[in-house]
Amino acid sequence: MTLRDLKPGDAAKVVRINGEGAIKRRIMDMGLTKGTSFSVRKVAPLGDPVEITVRGYELSIRKFDAEMVEVEK
Amino acid sequence: MIKIALAGNPNSGKTTLFNALTGSNQFVGNWPGVTVEKKEGTYRGDKGIGFTDLPGIYSLSPYTLEEVVARNYLINEHPDAILNIVDGTNLERNLYLTTQLAELGLPMVVAVNMMDIVAKQGDKIDVKRLSAELGCAVVEISALKGTGIDKAVDAVVQAVKGKQKMISPHSFSGCVEHAIAHIEEAVLHDMPDEKQRWYAVKLFERDRKVQEALKIDKGVLDHIEADIKACEKELDDDAEAIITNERYLYIASIIGGCYKKKNLGKLSTTDKIDRVVTNRWLALPIFAVVMWLVYYVAMVTIGAAATDWTNDNLFGDGYHLFGIGESAYEEASEEYGDTAEILSAVEAGEKTYVTIDDETMEVSDPVEITDDMVAEAKAMEEKYGEEGPDPADYGVWIPGIPALIESGLDAVECADWLKGLILDGIVAGVGAVLGFVPQMLVLFLFLAFLESCGYMARIAFILDRIFRRFGLSGKSFIPMLVGVGCGVPGIMACRTIESERDRRMTIMTTTFIPCGAKVPFIALVSGAIFGGSAWVATSAYFIGIGAIICSGIILKKTKMFSGDPAPFVMELPAYHWPTVGNVLRSMWERGWSFIKKAGTIILLSTIFVWFFSFFGWTEGGFGMLEEDQLDSSILAKLGSAIAWIFAPLGWGNWQATVASITGLVAKENIVGTMGILYGGENTWANMANAFNHLSGMSFLIFNLLCAPCFAAMGAIKREMNSGKWTAFAITYQCVAAYIVGLIVYQLGMAFTGSFGIGTLFGVAALAFVVYMLFRKDKYRI
Repeated sequence: MTLRDLKPGDAAKVVRINGEGAIKRRIMDMGLTKGTSFSVRKVAPLGDPVEITVRGYELSIRKFDAEMVEVEK
Repeated sequence: MIKIALAGNPNSGKTTLFNALTGSNQFVGNWPGVTVEKKEGTYRGDKGIGFTDLPGIYSLSPYTLEEVVARNYLINEHPDAILNIVDGTNLERNLYLTTQLAELGLPMVVAVNMMDIVAKQGDKIDVKRLSAELGCAVVEISALKGTGIDKAVDAVVQAVKGKQKMISPHSFSGCVEHAIAHIEEAVLHDMPDEKQRWYAVKLFERDRKVQEALKIDKGVLDHIEADIKACEKELDDDAEAIITNERYLYIASIIGGCYKKKNLGKLSTTDKIDRVVTNRWLALPIFAVVMWLVYYVAMVTIGAAATDWTNDNLFGDGYHLFGIGESAYEEASEEYGDTAEILSAVEAGEKTYVTIDDETMEVSDPVEITDDMVAEAKAMEEKYGEEGPDPADYGVWIPGIPALIESGLDAVECADWLKGLILDGIVAGVGAVLGFVPQMLVLFLFLAFLESCGYMARIAFILDRIFRRFGLSGKSFIPMLVGVGCGVPGIMACRTIESERDRRMTIMTTTFIPCGAKVPFIALVSGAIFGGSAWVATSAYFIGIGAIICSGIILKKTKMFSGDPAPFVMELPAYHWPTVGNVLRSMWERGWSFIKKAGTIILLSTIFVWFFSFFGWTEGGFGMLEEDQLDSSILAKLGSAIAWIFAPLGWGNWQATVASITGLVAKENIVGTMGILYGGENTWANMANAFNHLSGMSFLIFNLLCAPCFAAMGAIKREMNSGKWTAFAITYQCVAAYIVGLIVYQLGMAFTGSFGIGTLFGVAALAFVVYMLFRKDKYRI
């Protein structure tokens, strides 16, 4: 299951970040690391990107990139 | 001098702190070779302390331009200390950068900002404990309120003077430390102890840029690699992820002890605002209202009025001070009416007269002259003199700068050519630069507000889905909207786009939108050639939007735009009220940078075109020309020489070519030039003879899409901060304009049954565009 599959209101935990390179590093730098709990706040009005709350702040991430984030509920 | 680097996350209040530290002792420039802004300044309290404001960054990774700029500065320029500003309301993520800065071995002080808000929320940060955990001084500040700032500077100065070597107390897990120790021993043993750790961690992360900088030979690198691989296997993750994870685990362990949050789970103000502002149904309407407001105030009312005033009055004929005498003059002009036209028609023995619209060269229907009208006109001439009412006779009249300078030059009996150079070259050029400034300042005021209050990030969030398809950012909307009024502030508004790639793309395409100055030209073409048909103007805007979309799709697949995909993993910062001082400062910085950086190029180009249009060969040999002798000018010769280039577009005549060149000074000049070259009163009729619908359309399209005016080119140069990119942008625009004009004219001709060799070129051009649009994107990641 990936971050992309979650619905607004869902809370989940990061299992691992797949892929490599700049985007993966950025996702991790922003605090989405293994074991981090977060919740999905909302989806943008046009359906993409999604807004999540992680480490006490709001982060927006495109669905395409969200697929790299493997999660468990 | 003590050099202090100011480092911190975006939205941590870094700019506010920098302004509070340096007051007005600032110098704004660019980091060498890139468009990232560089700010330096000296401390208000002591000129011997200098600050460098690093770009706002989240990490010291090698992947984004800002991060590379910041880390290069920290490593290569040897600042004496780092002042790391962290947002106290967002401590966890902010400390992530701190853990990396701490490894650089530079004396460091952490300033925890927004302590006023932390206190207001009832949260508590145990600064003493944080300081002990981080191994450096920690100071509580509020950059906004100005509290604690001097204490922070004192702490930094003390850290520098005490020569305390910053050693990060954080240690990674066993196998990582083991690998790091190996790396330090193998390649870094020549460095001072405190500098080794940062390099060692970077080498562990397989940071390419560090590997290259240290010129490590392959054997050693392989040796290191074995250690890294072993560690990755043990911890079942890749090296970068291991380091990032452990940093965040370390931070979590610190925070647990020194940060007490009071209201868990309660909605913050930002949450409440975002419930409405980024709401599924309300987000777009609210966005539309905000945009309408920005456009209406900056481009239609206040901003436009200020710019019109500068252009028409200050750099025009002149103005009535505070409007005194203005209405009296207007009444007089109204009474005077068409007197001049009537009398000159009578003198020429005609029975009717016409009037010509200044802006579009539109000729009115002929009016029959009656005896009453002649009598009336004669009376008016008696009353107001041959020239009609003079505004200087009414109220308090202040002549415009050109008029003032002209009378000054007349008084010293200045030579005609020098007078021309000063008035039509230099003063007109300076006017062209300054004319944009008032409107730009009003716009920048809005942008600074939207940016610093946090709404700009929401715009990107709301619009990302549409714009990223064309290789643009959600924030590209604003430059394009503003571009409807004027391309120059439009291009300058691109500054709000963080990703260099998106910014360059937006700069290149913004001027495709027909700006205000192109409107009279569109009206001229639609009136003269298309019988005033309304679809011409409408189609101009569709062509502009179409050109942006197609350019986006084509350009994003090219090699130039392939590198560093901007990750759209973006923070939505908490909303807050910006300070008046910061907003005004940001507004002024951008306005001034336009005057300074774009001014020169605009001025020089204006002087060039002036020389080309006012000098030429007449019966008396080479010399200066009158305004109506444009057809003997160097420019006309040049136009005739290159007119063949435009023959495939259907308008290879020198008049249209010359008009396109003068359009580079300002697009509305095309109308004036066409007026002179196609003979004053009958401009519309003469143009209708010279163009058919297709060549008219291709002439319109070419001038809408090709290189914008010099002012906009100056703005492009300023924002690209690179000669190569500026040249690329302008060349691209001209080529795109040519190709679209070619396709429209040649295929249009083919459809109306006239085939030729040109048809082949038209089809080939169309095929090329279609291929570029639909080819596979081999750089897509």
